Amino acid sequence: MATEFFSNLKCRECGRLYPKKAIHVCEFDFGPLEAAYDYSLIQKHISRKIIESRPQTMWRYRELLPIEGDPTVGLKVGFTPLIKADNLAKALGAKEVYIKNDAVNFPTLSFKDRVVAVALSRARELGFKIVACASTGNLANSVAANAASAGLESYVLIPADLEQGKVLNSLVYGTNVIGIHGPYDQVNRLCSEIAGKYGWGFVNVNLRPYYAEGSKSMGFEIVEQLGWEVPAHTIIPMASGSLLTKISKSYQEFMKVGIIPESKYSVHGAQASGCSPISQAFKSGTDLIKPVPKPNTIAKSLAIGTPADGYYAVNEVRNTKGACEDITDQEIVDGIKLLAETEGIFAETAGGVTVGCAKKLIETGKVPRDERIVICITGNGLKTMDAVMNHVGAPRVINPSLREFDQLLAQNPSLTV
Amino acid sequence: MSVQVSIPTPLRNLTNNIDTVDAAGATIGEVLHDLEKQFPGIGDRLLDANGEVRRFVNIYLNGEDVRFLDNKNTAVKTNDEVSIVPAIAGG
Repeated sequence: MATEFFSNLKCRECGRLYPKKAIHVCEFDFGPLEAAYDYSLIQKHISRKIIESRPQTMWRYRELLPIEGDPTVGLKVGFTPLIKADNLAKALGAKEVYIKNDAVNFPTLSFKDRVVAVALSRARELGFKIVACASTGNLANSVAANAASAGLESYVLIPADLEQGKVLNSLVYGTNVIGIHGPYDQVNRLCSEIAGKYGWGFVNVNLRPYYAEGSKSMGFEIVEQLGWEVPAHTIIPMASGSLLTKISKSYQEFMKVGIIPESKYSVHGAQASGCSPISQAFKSGTDLIKPVPKPNTIAKSLAIGTPADGYYAVNEVRNTKGACEDITDQEIVDGIKLLAETEGIFAETAGGVTVGCAKKLIETGKVPRDERIVICITGNGLKTMDAVMNHVGAPRVINPSLREFDQLLAQNPSLTV
Repeated sequence: MSVQVSIPTPLRNLTNNIDTVDAAGATIGEVLHDLEKQFPGIGDRLLDANGEVRRFVNIYLNGEDVRFLDNKNTAVKTNDEVSIVPAIAGG
């Protein structure tokens, strides 16, 4: 595609423009750089009809994603199911609830495939041969898999105490997995220093302006799958806070380029109480994020004590009249089980956080029961089995004897039909 | 007292592209002040109009975020490592 819809990088703080290189912070105030687009040009090139005519992947919104040529990595990512969750709605006492299910995103079962598809497509355009990331697990899996299929060498740096499932799901792709003693924030700091020294393409460091934009595709899909309507309420898990700000941005961009009319909506943020700096800032009425030195939660994918986009996330929640909530580890497990038992969807711990917070937001009236609610599920429960291992019971074991089976049923009247 | 300060890429055009520099001071605040003396302009990049560390700048002393210590008043000793790191995205 020769048309240049994506014009520059731009500092979110001071608005200074930068060339479209592998840079991520403003030299003057360290503000994050963000992709800037020519929206009036885009408006001339896309419509609902054009989008609908394209393959069902995240790239059907190509004009609003920051690459120059055609995408080359992650061509099948996205367009995950949006499920009308009537059983869950009933359990939550709400009228209309949808699950946006990135637990089945391709290829690595989390929303991170969206950001990696953009980051690695752009990494190739910029000529990188080695790509890398700091990760709480899901991003590492996605970088490892997508780099493998793109023929790029990769390094993934993770906290050494991650869930076994997430470690294995990186190792299998033949990537270089490096465990770091210390929490994610320390891994992040180290990666920032490595990126400065080695000149690799770090998807969430020097490629961050490209990477972060990939999350918008989750929001574009929600709107399209609801029949080109923005949901009144979107409940989103927050680690760095980036996904929440990008989903909100996606709704606004669709309005800006005339895909949908101006509409009101609220975005709500969900965190685990063991690491809830953004939720705490919201509840204290401030946008000063107080970092959490030692995150302590089973929701490791959300355990970022120094959330880079926390400031923007809390303001986005306030500006859209949303709310933030946080829940305990027990409530996270309950949330995972509720979603599994009502909708047959096994989400990772972050999904338990989102469902549990949705419950709390509805119970406290912060999300009205009679308005349309979308709950974003961002990762798959098969990767965080340790967290629910001791909370889901165990199989009843018998000999292959009909008599023993009859006895079993007799002991458990609820099992008989 | 002299500490080693690692300079992030966006600021290296002010340090002649040197990635690690020595700076003097008894606290983080004094170290930042000395950096400004050595490399005029760097102070403005790190501190806002009120003299506070900018929102998107993280400063670490031997790997520990100084916001968990005593911010600009955090004491430093000879051979300590100070890192200046821009905030980065999640994973």
